[in-house]
Amino acid sequence: MPMNRGVLRIDAAAETERIVRWMKENLRGFHRLGGVVGISGGIDSSVCLALSVKAFGPERVLALLLPDKDSDPISEDLARALAAHYGVTPVLEPVTPALEGFGCYARRDEAIARVFPEYDPSAGYKAKIGLPADLLDAGTLNVFHLTIVAPDGEEKSARLTPRDFAQIVAASNFKQRARTAMLYYYAESRNYAVVGTPNKNERDQGFFVKYGDGGYDLAPIAHLYKTQVYQLARHLDVPEDIRKRAPTTDTYSAPATQEEFFFRLPYETMDLLWYAQENQISVEETALAIDMSPDQVRNAFDDFNRKRRTTEYLREAPLDMADLGDPVPEAD
Amino acid sequence: METYDTVASKIRDYLSQNFLFSDRGFEYEDDASFLELGIIDSFGFMELLHWVEHEFSISVADDELVPDNFDSVRKLGSFILGKQTDGT
Repeated sequence: MPMNRGVLRIDAAAETERIVRWMKENLRGFHRLGGVVGISGGIDSSVCLALSVKAFGPERVLALLLPDKDSDPISEDLARALAAHYGVTPVLEPVTPALEGFGCYARRDEAIARVFPEYDPSAGYKAKIGLPADLLDAGTLNVFHLTIVAPDGEEKSARLTPRDFAQIVAASNFKQRARTAMLYYYAESRNYAVVGTPNKNERDQGFFVKYGDGGYDLAPIAHLYKTQVYQLARHLDVPEDIRKRAPTTDTYSAPATQEEFFFRLPYETMDLLWYAQENQISVEETALAIDMSPDQVRNAFDDFNRKRRTTEYLREAPLDMADLGDPVPEAD
Repeated sequence: METYDTVASKIRDYLSQNFLFSDRGFEYEDDASFLELGIIDSFGFMELLHWVEHEFSISVADDELVPDNFDSVRKLGSFILGKQTDGT
């Protein structure tokens, strides 16, 4: 198919039927009786909830709300409205106490305060990390910056050292891992499967936490570009408030979109570029089709390659020496 | 003043000791792409940047964080020498 802006259009009704059939078959294969979905008020988990209800029926779907103290309160409101829309009873399980037990906030804030000693969340400071927004034109490498927002709204940013970056990320990843632990508690207590919510962009570029939100039994939208997830959302009648909301990480205390945090491009643009690269469409044809310069396309392709390579480890199953099949050396 | 050979040698040693876990040293050409060959990943790049700034007492601006300055021993060595010459 020649490259154009319409290449990602799908038959949402047919795709819904295909996914629903796949979910039913695999649930049966797993000998599970229903599905658990963590819903955040975002588009991906909303579509996954809608698909689960279609596949298993509302009485066999559990919708878990798993906010922590940094979550935007609007997320819970949207998630509750979503559950009501699909006739699913929501269960609220705040994960803040578990995260305090892990030392998530203390460990993260310790690293932030090494960079900005004035940072004091109890005084109203907020923080986020992210990548520079200049991907298309500058093609800079992925070095994360920390931004703090003072109670008066003043922002300060600094490039992170590897040590501080790793500590902030490792501490923050307790959030996804705590949520996954809770999802499996409910799944196991009902003999249900955990329905994961990653889309294709997140899965392939590594925007997930290993054994956190990367842990699930079924991932019904992992093959779909974000643009296509929105098409399913319209078909499945996901409430408009959710469809209009900018994709957010909802992980850091200061608001951060997924574009700021990781992807560095609006998803509509990224999806087209990603599609073009996956389908070996030339830089020149892609540039012409989506009205960009060849250098901009090249910068985006290079960034995709780097992210894919960097995150291969996240997608790898654990390696066992048993896989080698070699005999253990015998003693003489 | 350091020469390209001394800077490149330090880069090769750093990479082989910290990223390659090899007993045979750095077995790539000076033009080999770190990112394409998987010698370092994005986090490794942050480590490399941190080491470069400290080891060579230079400060790297955000707009200098591009593959043309960092993605091989030759590119990085030339970049470091240029920064040292500029005194930045």
